[in-house]
Amino acid sequence: MNFKDNKAIYLQIADRIGNDILNCHLPVDGKIPSVREMAAMIEVNANTVARTYEYLQQSGIIYTKRGLGYFVSPDAHDIIVSQRKQLLTEHGEMDYFLSQLKAVGITPDELKQIYSEFLNK
Amino acid sequence: MLQIKDLKFSYLKPNRELFNDFSLDLLPGNVYGLLGKNGAGKSTLIYLMTGLLTPVSGQVTLDGNDVRRRLPITLSDMFLVPEEFDLPHISLNKFISINAPFYPRFSMDDMNRYLDIFEIEHNIKLQSLSMGQKKKVFMSFALATNTQVLIMDEPTNGLDIPSKSQFRKIIAMGMNDEKLMLFSTHQVRDIEAILDHVTIIDQSRVLLNTSIADVSSRLAFRQLRDGDRPLLVQQGPMGSMAVVPASPNEETQVDLEMLFNATLQQPQAIKELFSKNS
Repeated sequence: MNFKDNKAIYLQIADRIGNDILNCHLPVDGKIPSVREMAAMIEVNANTVARTYEYLQQSGIIYTKRGLGYFVSPDAHDIIVSQRKQLLTEHGEMDYFLSQLKAVGITPDELKQIYSEFLNK
Repeated sequence: MLQIKDLKFSYLKPNRELFNDFSLDLLPGNVYGLLGKNGAGKSTLIYLMTGLLTPVSGQVTLDGNDVRRRLPITLSDMFLVPEEFDLPHISLNKFISINAPFYPRFSMDDMNRYLDIFEIEHNIKLQSLSMGQKKKVFMSFALATNTQVLIMDEPTNGLDIPSKSQFRKIIAMGMNDEKLMLFSTHQVRDIEAILDHVTIIDQSRVLLNTSIADVSSRLAFRQLRDGDRPLLVQQGPMGSMAVVPASPNEETQVDLEMLFNATLQQPQAIKELFSKNS
């Protein structure tokens, strides 16, 4: 795993797990790797992974069964989608994207067309 | 667990005092990165921590026992992988059968698992190995002894690019809450992700000793913005990268190289920032 983003590593791991949930590599109520397994797999410190799991648990994306490990919550999909929407709008990513469009003069109609084509790909 | 108290040490060269009043407390469950400039005393500190050098005054204890006494209970619970070393001209199996009995928690299963990850055959003669391969064999053995304390001096020196990733993997696999690992390094990028604690030393002083999580809550590592009061600015292909005090809820990935440079250049500012309660 390459850590390129400038988000804290534990949040980047959360994003990666989120992606696996959104594209159904990790199904609802499916078990996710243990902290140690995940740490070895992506070559990071186990405490960092533990922090990721704590964060995901607090967000309601995963839940724990005592002695059995961590599992994907039934609501995981919805929670991740709403978290990411919030990030797009509140943290200025959407604003940044729109300002880039404005700077190069892309009109709302053109944007609509580009986005439709993208969705149909 | 491993306690360094009021350590004073100097080599015989005149005016060359390395440590004076140096104290540091290392706890289990952590992987420490020991960073310092060339000649800052990293290797010396490691030899003092493992009882290979005698301090002028002060002491290092492991679970209360002075490491300098080199008691069996201490020696069977710590392992040092120095930067350079020789291995005897015998087979790996022979090496294991001679050395493993000194370590009560040695695991042959672990040993084989680590050798497999490093892609080293099990039935080999140690004299036939290259330096890099020797290092991998010795590091596998070190980890498989399952000692409480595992110290490595410049562990990634001499490893090729794929082995650096293999190294991170076996460390992540071999770590648990009872162990304390400490790696000194110049190559921070090689091991950044497997550390959870950073200790920066300069001539006889601990400039910074804290968890990576603490660093990311106090400092941000990102592009310079207007109005920032940076502790360090570095020019790079992505523009001016800066180390700045983190604003609330700002959590960036810690860049150890920049943290190291900022700490050496602005020790006072770093000290003040990290002495505040978070």
